[in-house]
Amino acid sequence: MRLARVFICLALLSTSAFAVEPGEALKDPALEARAREISAELRCLVCQNQSIDDSQASLAKDLRLLVRERIADGDSNDAVRAYLVARYGDFILLKPPLKTETVFLWATPFAILALGGVALAVSARRRRGLAANIASDLTPDERKKLDALLDA
Amino acid sequence: MIVETGHYALVLALALALVQAVLPLWGVLRRDGALMAIAAPAAVTQFIFLAVSFAALTHAHVVSDFSVLNVIENSHSLKPMIYKISGVWGNHEGSMLLWVLILGLFGAMVALFSRMMPDDLRAAVLSTQAWLGSAFILFILLTSNPFARVSPAPLEGRDLNPILQDPGLAIHPPLLYVGYVGFSIVFSFAAGALICGRIDAAWARFARPWTLLAWIFLTLGIAMGSYWAYYTLGWGGFWFWDPVENASLMPWLAGTALLHSIVVMEKRDALKIWTIFLAILAFSLSLLGTFLVRSGVLTSVHAFASDPQRGVFILAILVFFIGGALGLFAWRASALKSGGIFAPISREGALVANNLLLTTSCATVFVGTLYPLALEALTGEKISVGAPFFNLTFGPIIAPVFLLMPIGQVLAWKRGDLIGAMQRLIIAAVAALAATRVLAAMHGEPVVALIGSGVATWLIVGSFVEVFGRVFSSGASLVVMFARGVGLPRSAWGTAFAHAGFGVTLLGLAATGWGVEKITTIKAGDVIELGPWQVAVQSLDTRPGPNFRANIAPSLIMSGGVAIATIEPARRYYPSRQMSTTEAGIATIGLGQVYVSLSGENPDGSLDARLYWKPLVALIWLGALIMGFGGALSLSDRRLRMGVARRAKAAAVAAQPAE
Repeated sequence: MRLARVFICLALLSTSAFAVEPGEALKDPALEARAREISAELRCLVCQNQSIDDSQASLAKDLRLLVRERIADGDSNDAVRAYLVARYGDFILLKPPLKTETVFLWATPFAILALGGVALAVSARRRRGLAANIASDLTPDERKKLDALLDA
Repeated sequence: MIVETGHYALVLALALALVQAVLPLWGVLRRDGALMAIAAPAAVTQFIFLAVSFAALTHAHVVSDFSVLNVIENSHSLKPMIYKISGVWGNHEGSMLLWVLILGLFGAMVALFSRMMPDDLRAAVLSTQAWLGSAFILFILLTSNPFARVSPAPLEGRDLNPILQDPGLAIHPPLLYVGYVGFSIVFSFAAGALICGRIDAAWARFARPWTLLAWIFLTLGIAMGSYWAYYTLGWGGFWFWDPVENASLMPWLAGTALLHSIVVMEKRDALKIWTIFLAILAFSLSLLGTFLVRSGVLTSVHAFASDPQRGVFILAILVFFIGGALGLFAWRASALKSGGIFAPISREGALVANNLLLTTSCATVFVGTLYPLALEALTGEKISVGAPFFNLTFGPIIAPVFLLMPIGQVLAWKRGDLIGAMQRLIIAAVAALAATRVLAAMHGEPVVALIGSGVATWLIVGSFVEVFGRVFSSGASLVVMFARGVGLPRSAWGTAFAHAGFGVTLLGLAATGWGVEKITTIKAGDVIELGPWQVAVQSLDTRPGPNFRANIAPSLIMSGGVAIATIEPARRYYPSRQMSTTEAGIATIGLGQVYVSLSGENPDGSLDARLYWKPLVALIWLGALIMGFGGALSLSDRRLRMGVARRAKAAAVAAQPAE
């Protein structure tokens, strides 16, 4: 069931392709490393949440070659990403860019953490007040008895 | 005939579930013992009918009865027997039948093993469970009937998806479902507590073993699924932040939080409202996961909109139960008074911090999974939320949990001593630093791997500081210490093992940073350097299988000219579905693995291959097994064994005159 995503990719598999095939790699290891880094954050558009670096779909292969082509032409990492976003939209980025539509996506986790922290701090303070109240509720007589018990 | 019997048994199970849903609840409201007493036998009988129904479908698959649509679509007469059986739940209809079977199983287990519970609470719990059962059985009968016949019957079936023809399918879904659906009983306990107004420490004691049981299976199920993905997908990854995976991770995070807050409720009568809320949340997330996986909404929001029958049905179930439970919660929980008081620095305080971080990380997964769906439905804009997002959000939120776990364990209840706790943990800190130094000398960079393994060591050693503190003392003989160790409550050992298991998993994750990867073409006679090993390709062959043919590349793993292991990576082609699968060749050396997977054939006859050396990778799943073992130890604790309540009461009565 968790492999459902793979079905789609395999269904689209033309030949028995493979994530990053030997023939694709750039000669210069530094450039190839950059290509891998970029590929890991680009989505194989026909798969579910698989990067083009991992995907076996033929589209992913085309995209991998495209990324390497741009890098070989001297594009910076950002320029390669911008080029792909211009063609395919934000959908291709596995890390969604921060903009109006995604503010809630990026902010919600930290907002919940902060709100939860504040709520806990408030309730801890209230509990402390409660504890103080309970302690002061004792009459002097009770206090004496309690001390005697505690000393025993 | 057997197929019709199965169908009929399912209808009878629905009838029984409806009886079990309505009459005991009415009994609870009218305080009528006779009506309440119907719940337990109804739950057991309902389970028996579900089992008959499931057995009938299994029989149809085993004998390859191609007059049944479900068998045609998912089976093949040549398929090996294990996959004929596991193929029963390798499809939508069958997996839903397994879903309700486990739902019924938990109801029957509560009916049989929770005799010590107050009658009204038990009736209310079983009634809620039966409401769930009725809804899902109805879903199967109306939208996903696995018993539908076809006439004329074809001679051969279309075979099971090759990816699913793996022992993983026999193990992973049943484990995962027992965990996933197991939280239903915790949900029912929460609803029962709200209905009966029994939200107290005794409730926590009744509900805790069930939470633990579901959690153990969910832990093992997720780990098994991850290992399955690791060895079938052919590129060595084991977690993808895929919505389907997230769907199982969310209940796990909420369930883990619940497991900790329910302890506070049981021991200190505090966090009651929060615990009930988490009990509702954990199963609500299971329901959400079922909706995501079963409605088709993940494949495409538009596909869902055009063929919405199943999706809308599950959505209605989801809204009814989550909405109903939260409504009940809002109505009844507000009357609760808060219980035990504690200082911020205390065991309770640490568990509250744990709960904050776990639920926030759960919310992060929730937002990351659903945001793209919501955005597309609302604006039509498509975005992707993948691993890089979760690394930046989930990562920093969950990281403090690793650091806090050992500290929380050594803090006292009510009011703890932080400096004292840190002093007791010095040994764990020393071990962490030492491990980091040793690993830095052995493997070096990256720094992330070093930090991760240091934190993991802190966690593993720190997990045992508390129990060792209770066992070791200077001057005590070994015999005395052994006796002390045996005499400790098993739940203390359980906690230590479960926490340490988490650390072991973390160590395995950290070590992925030291992995070696080679992408190359291979042919017979090649020797490829791979980290400390050499992979010698013996030959490239083809081999026929029962319903596939395979390309194989038998290879030796060498160390300095000596062969230490053999592997046989393969690529299978299944003609009936025109699909290929990768069977990675994996050799476990120590705790690391050499992983070789094959792909396309080149014109010169060589094969494309990916080769990995993954040091300590086995720890990722071994850690989950240790977590499960810790959970099982804790479950076997005398205190939690079902039926102990009466003995405890007798002991309390006996103790009184002696005062």
